[in-house]
Amino acid sequence: MITTDILIIGAGPTGLFTVFEAGLLKLKCHLIDALPQPGGQCSEIYPKKPIYDIPAYPEILAGDLTNKLMEQCKQFEPGFTLGERADTIEKQEDGSFIVTTNKGTKHKAPVVAIAGGLGSFEPRKPLIDNISDYEDKGVEYMIKEPEMYRNKRVVIAGGGDSALDWSIFLSDVASEVTLIHRRNEFRGHLDSVEKVQELKSAGKINLITPAEVVGLEGEGKIESVTVKQEAKVFKKECDHFVPLFGLSPKLGPIANWGLEIEKNAIKVNNALDYQTNIPGIFAIGDVNTYPGKLKLILCGFHEATLMCQAAYQIINPGKRYVLKYTTVAGVDGFDGTRKEAPKAVVKAIE
Amino acid sequence: MENQDVNITIIDRDGVTHKIEAPTDMAMNLMEVVRSYELAPEGTIGVCGGMAMCASCQCYVLSDTELPEMQDDEEAMLSEAFYVKDNSRLGCQIPITPELEGLEIELAPES
Repeated sequence: MITTDILIIGAGPTGLFTVFEAGLLKLKCHLIDALPQPGGQCSEIYPKKPIYDIPAYPEILAGDLTNKLMEQCKQFEPGFTLGERADTIEKQEDGSFIVTTNKGTKHKAPVVAIAGGLGSFEPRKPLIDNISDYEDKGVEYMIKEPEMYRNKRVVIAGGGDSALDWSIFLSDVASEVTLIHRRNEFRGHLDSVEKVQELKSAGKINLITPAEVVGLEGEGKIESVTVKQEAKVFKKECDHFVPLFGLSPKLGPIANWGLEIEKNAIKVNNALDYQTNIPGIFAIGDVNTYPGKLKLILCGFHEATLMCQAAYQIINPGKRYVLKYTTVAGVDGFDGTRKEAPKAVVKAIE
Repeated sequence: MENQDVNITIIDRDGVTHKIEAPTDMAMNLMEVVRSYELAPEGTIGVCGGMAMCASCQCYVLSDTELPEMQDDEEAMLSEAFYVKDNSRLGCQIPITPELEGLEIELAPES
């Protein structure tokens, strides 16, 4: 069981900044995210896109913002459960919550902060009738353990960076890699496209374009895929089929936690502290809604800051906290570091 | 003052037809118009914010209205999206201009 002060669901910008604000109040945080890396949409959808409305950054790439936030909260030693989706929540007699992921990892905390953005990002599944029959029986929507593919025949579908990158990587691991894409052009980085072209020429990647996988066959596990290439339809034998068509956000299991939901977002009390209808559970950032809500990163930062003050009161009932400026109080990291402004040197008058 | 709205017909994902007026003077695109009229639930359209990176605003163009030419980003995204038809476009890549008067579209299924 992982225990912490504030359990944050979602490791996007708002979740990461919560770690810093909580740290200033000496509260420990642990983050859960369905994605395998922190950053949320910024890392997953548009890491190379510039953002222009982050205070003090006239321009910053979304991926760089994630890196900066990670750097900023590092001193408060957050814990991460990545690649797992928060599935269930149970309130305990002592008022704390136990959140269990789809992989069974349990987390306990007196305060839960949902910073889930648009929800958990689920793989977009291709429209093949019987695909769910083969999930975890040769069909995987994300590659988590590349060694699983050693000496196997792998068919990858998709035309973006993930499909290109994994085709390149697995060309050294799998016995056979086939990349199938609906058109002849790819939307990935130019160097990745060129590398795939090179590997194709070297006979290390089979490239089938313009084509798509329209059927799956096999007894108990996948044994072949049906490929439609223009007017031609044929079967391609394989041990794994990995469709990589990006991710789509779903509010997911959070929608069943008894929280008040409005228009796919969680209603909160914005006049006070962004608490939901369940005391001890907060919702901050793009996942919440209230009159006048704006889905902006900077609004998420503001909400995180206020939410931490309320969390402090729940965790330390009756204890008074006086707001301190980091310029005055400095920052004491949980890792033993201390940052403070240099003291002014006053020269004595002789 | 001259009317700066254009008339657009939008069939939502439940098959309901909406005849709406869209402003040409607010730098909006078709996806944003759909959002502002709440013709699709929040979180199911314009997920990437309008960067042609998610295809959640895919629509089928039903009228022969002249639209801006498809750029590489849009074409590439549609090549990966689901439920794509010959008349598919991304709403986020269609700015609202006077030329859209009479446009008829149908929102593609959520995917």
